[in-house]
Amino acid sequence: MDYLIQILNGVQYGLLLFLLASGLTLIFGIMGVINLAHGSFYMVGAYLALWLTRLTGSLWLALPLGVLAAVALGALLEWALIRRLYARDHLYQVLLTFGLILVFEELRSLLFGNDVHGVPIPPALNFSIPLTETLSYPVYRLFISGVCLALAAAMYLVIRKTRLGMMVRAGNSNREMAQVLGVDIPLVFTFVFALGVALAAFAGMIAAPVSSVFPGMGNQILIICFVVVVIGGIGSITGAMVAALLIGIADTLGKVLLPQFSGMAVYLLMAVVLIWRPRGLFQAT
Amino acid sequence: MQDSDRLIRWLIVLGAVCLALFPLAGSTFYLQLLTKIMIMAIFAMSLDLIVGYTGLVSLGQSAYFGFAAYMLALASPKGAAASLWLTLPGALAATAALSLAIGLLVLRTAGIYFIMVTLAFAQMLYYLFHDTGLGGGSDGIYIHVRPSLALGDFNPVNLADHTHFYYLVFALMLGAYLLLRAVIASPFGRVLVAIRENPVRVRSLGFQVFNYKLGAFVLAGTLAGLAGYLSACQFGFVNPEILSWHYSGIVLMMLLLGGMGRLYGAVIGAFAFILVQELFSLEALFGDFARRWQLSMGVFIVLVVLLLPRGLSDLVERLGRGAAKRAAG
Amino acid sequence: MTEPVLVATGLTRQFGGLTAVAGVSLELAHGVVHAVIGPNGAGKSTLANMLAGELRPSAGSIRYAGREISQLSADRRSRMGIGRSYQTTNVVRDFSALENCRLAAQSREPHAFNWLRSARSYRGIVEAAERSLEAVGLAQRAAVPAGHLSHGEQRQLEIAMCLATRPRVLLLDEPLAGMGAEESVSMIELLRAIAAEHAVLLIEHDMDAVFALAGVLTVMASGAVLDSGEPARVRANPAVQEAYLGEYDA
Repeated sequence: MDYLIQILNGVQYGLLLFLLASGLTLIFGIMGVINLAHGSFYMVGAYLALWLTRLTGSLWLALPLGVLAAVALGALLEWALIRRLYARDHLYQVLLTFGLILVFEELRSLLFGNDVHGVPIPPALNFSIPLTETLSYPVYRLFISGVCLALAAAMYLVIRKTRLGMMVRAGNSNREMAQVLGVDIPLVFTFVFALGVALAAFAGMIAAPVSSVFPGMGNQILIICFVVVVIGGIGSITGAMVAALLIGIADTLGKVLLPQFSGMAVYLLMAVVLIWRPRGLFQAT
Repeated sequence: MQDSDRLIRWLIVLGAVCLALFPLAGSTFYLQLLTKIMIMAIFAMSLDLIVGYTGLVSLGQSAYFGFAAYMLALASPKGAAASLWLTLPGALAATAALSLAIGLLVLRTAGIYFIMVTLAFAQMLYYLFHDTGLGGGSDGIYIHVRPSLALGDFNPVNLADHTHFYYLVFALMLGAYLLLRAVIASPFGRVLVAIRENPVRVRSLGFQVFNYKLGAFVLAGTLAGLAGYLSACQFGFVNPEILSWHYSGIVLMMLLLGGMGRLYGAVIGAFAFILVQELFSLEALFGDFARRWQLSMGVFIVLVVLLLPRGLSDLVERLGRGAAKRAAG
Repeated sequence: MTEPVLVATGLTRQFGGLTAVAGVSLELAHGVVHAVIGPNGAGKSTLANMLAGELRPSAGSIRYAGREISQLSADRRSRMGIGRSYQTTNVVRDFSALENCRLAAQSREPHAFNWLRSARSYRGIVEAAERSLEAVGLAQRAAVPAGHLSHGEQRQLEIAMCLATRPRVLLLDEPLAGMGAEESVSMIELLRAIAAEHAVLLIEHDMDAVFALAGVLTVMASGAVLDSGEPARVRANPAVQEAYLGEYDA
């Protein structure tokens, strides 16, 4: 039964990774931009949850306010900085977003210090359901999984049914593709970037009560998200989902079975996938 | 030869002479700072070979830097000096083997994949040293005594001496520069540059592009290892942070700041970056913000990417061309 | 007609549901220009890409020098003696004309090079590069960066790079594309001289060039061969006239 709990934790972690990785893969897939600061947006979300929960006294109020703030932040960054990099080599995107990471980390340290903070689980969800006589599972974690699944379903519908979705499905689509579809490109790109930022920040917000809020939390998860995107295939939402669950479960079980090597386990998994399919599991060849 | 090329050549010679003479005048603090900068210059030049010349944007170069540093740390006996004649070739061979193994995998990918995958492998190494007991875990390990160049009783260069160590690093930096320059002018290096410009054509001319990229990747990894070895010598301490991707990002930034595909650009970039970093952490100038130098550095990086995408050496070259034109006109 | 050097049989290539090339067979022989014409989208470039190894055929075989090569990589085929030029100029723009050809000639050297010796010091290779520039009439422009050459000169450089790889078979994808009348005339002369010593596949829209050079003519439409054979006979074929040539006779 212990394993059941671990697997549930793994799925929950995987679904959270999916929220992050889907934003990352959308930004790659539609805009062709590699965004190292994606992890910082996760961190920003967690600190927004911390700050807004303190301010309003409720995570339920903090969540919508935080998402609005994240959308605004994303739109502002796209408009002021990211927009200038579309035509440039990936190298410049890497470095500019690397600079942003330093800025966000230092601002975080300036505003919140370097301590680890906790965000309380909302009282309504702060209980556990018993699985057996001796084991129980916290409802808030199930809530995270449920919300992530709902968002994944919403994303699936958007991608299957809308014009924006057509662009995503066209793979690493470009400006010509978008023009053919008669889309206002700058607006769509701003929207996609803001959406990606909002997804990352939202993931940070709902994760805050279980993961706690601490310096460097964004960087740690960023690399894992890269692994998810590489395994799933760039631009593929389905791939991101499969890979995120794979990584979530592998990482959680790895921590239990081989604690010393769990950090490496996900990278080994990536290496194996890479040997087998250099462009990821769900990338058209 | 163009006038600007000649100007650059003279500036390089002038810079080398200044560095050679510096220990006669400079304080120990600046001697050590310059030593650190020259080590980073070797590191940045190694990256230039693959990013600037071959067109492969790697975000995992710290893996080879850190790995060689760890090799020295693990090979050094406690309280006694390891022999440089054994540990340096050993560390470089191990690093070359590592970059060969990783290169075989990562070079199967391209573009954004390549960036992410190089990053991920560096991170894997980070966890190897961070989570396992190997190399002291997250605390790192000390190298109490610098390696020795002694051959029997003959010991002309004492690495524990700051000035001696400075000259060793200076000589190796010059050596790395001349080596890479020769490599780039060789038939092998010409193919690398052609791959950057037009990989499809190079393949259709009959070159096995993968093998050439792999050769460049291994050479670059090995040179990064040289820098890592020297860095471990200098600071007498290694911890997993030197494997982290922040370090790869910083060296990439040095390269961009100095100007890619020029080698001396990498050297200029290492100097400029570290001097700017020192500047930002001067309390006299930045007051309380000196402690927040990462904030200034982040803003600086963003500005360089937006305003100076071709780097300082391009700026110098353009100024040189302008001056030559004015002199001619 | 001499023994064929390269024989393609039933070459087919599908992209998703679309069949770009459907069951094309052709032969290339030493000293003969085999011209392939057809409207845009007929599958000519896909055919060249399959022969050169940049695309794997979905079906069919390619025999060259007594062996099946359809699964070999592009660089392998190049080293075996199949050279190609591209529809759009495809040179290393930062390199001088000579350096481009030197690179091409270097690819034929079987031995490993000294990583520390300057590429310019390998006299034999530099001379081979100079000869190929000479052959296309670019000797005077050897030191000019390829990106600074005129369009016509860049097309000549393409051919020179091919020649520097000492191929037996040349796959030329629209070598006259974008050339002026005068340049075209000298390019046709150049191709005629080259054709005497190579097996040539010539994809071209310029009908003057095609009828001046072709020993065999294949007409493609919608991925398939409409007719193939002696140029005068193919030209007279009413189906060909209707599908393609009519507009040129007018």
